[in-house]
Amino acid sequence: MSQSQQHLTVSVWRGKSEGAFQDYQVPHLENQTVLDIVTWIQRYLDPTLSYRFACRVGMCGSCAMTVNGTPRWTCRTHVSKVARDGRLKIGPLSNLPVIKDLAADMTAFFEKWQRAEARFTPTKTRLDPIEQIPPSSPARLAASAAIECINCGVCYAACDTVRWNADYLGPAALNRAWTLVNDVRDGGQDVRLRAISANGGCHNCHSHQSCQVLCPQNLNPTASIAGLKRLTAAAFIRGGLK
Amino acid sequence: MDVRLYLAQRISAAVMLPLVILHILIILYAVSDGLNAVEILERTRGSLFWGVFYGLFVVSAAIHAAIGVRAIAREWTPATGRTLDYGAVLFGLLLLVLGARAVSAVVL
Ligand code: SF4
Ligand code: SF4
Ligand code: FES
Repeated sequence: MSQSQQHLTVSVWRGKSEGAFQDYQVPHLENQTVLDIVTWIQRYLDPTLSYRFACRVGMCGSCAMTVNGTPRWTCRTHVSKVARDGRLKIGPLSNLPVIKDLAADMTAFFEKWQRAEARFTPTKTRLDPIEQIPPSSPARLAASAAIECINCGVCYAACDTVRWNADYLGPAALNRAWTLVNDVRDGGQDVRLRAISANGGCHNCHSHQSCQVLCPQNLNPTASIAGLKRLTAAAFIRGGLK
Repeated sequence: MDVRLYLAQRISAAVMLPLVILHILIILYAVSDGLNAVEILERTRGSLFWGVFYGLFVVSAAIHAAIGVRAIAREWTPATGRTLDYGAVLFGLLLLVLGARAVSAVVL
């Protein structure tokens, strides 16, 4: 990696919900990610800077931050792609309380996964034979298209409906619920359909697709939510949501 | 919004779609034919068809708009829960009354 002489001016959020952006001068390297920048600041300029990461390879979903106004997974976001005029502005994820600096409090995000019943409800034990799911079955294809979520919260931070309506479950929880309604092994369908049909459920989505545009895994929560809308409407008409 | 409001809003929209198209065609017809107010009222007064047509229009619009305004109020004002529900019902009733007045004026 060759080091250029260039420097970046990086504004980083310091504080909790009350706080301010502070500027740092950071050497601009080739192939540098936004997470590298944050780490460099913490190592060489200010050890009190708080942020969160684990895998650094786009698997764990813990490093998401707001970069120049847009939520991104910072370990896989190249500075060269997002810096504007040699400047970067890095803040914590939106739509969540701030713990400190760049670390957002993900509690509400994960609580909504629980509220959406977005967890597998087993119907078998380890003594039963393994259920055969044909990979080409329509339900499995629908689940596969939505399954690779890393819980990064980028979609949640990008969603205006989450911002406007504190009850709204949000794209990630609903996307996970969609993978489960397409899982024939799951035994929690009735409870789940009721949960996502209630106030704050899938019907609040405006389909404006910020989640789909920004999901680093290229998932399409908007499409998953549209599927849930169809499914719950049909279940309601059949009287299956009692 | 829950599944019931969602369905009520979608169904009222589906009902309104053909009504809106017909309504616009009727306006074009009336204007191009040079009908004046008296001639229009002659055709609509005592007509069961126009009564039902515009009555359905008013009911659907009241349902559709009340749910829509409720969603906007949920997202853009601090209102939640019962305030939201009562506000939406009141707004729907207001549209219903205004619409019913207009329909009765041309049909009765
Ligand atoms: S499509 Fe729905 S879930 Fe996605 S950002 Fe828009 S409102 Fe939020
Ligand atoms: S759906 Fe995409 S953006 Fe949302 S949490 Fe999962 S991986 Fe992140
Ligand atoms: S650090 Fe794990 S996804 Fe970025």
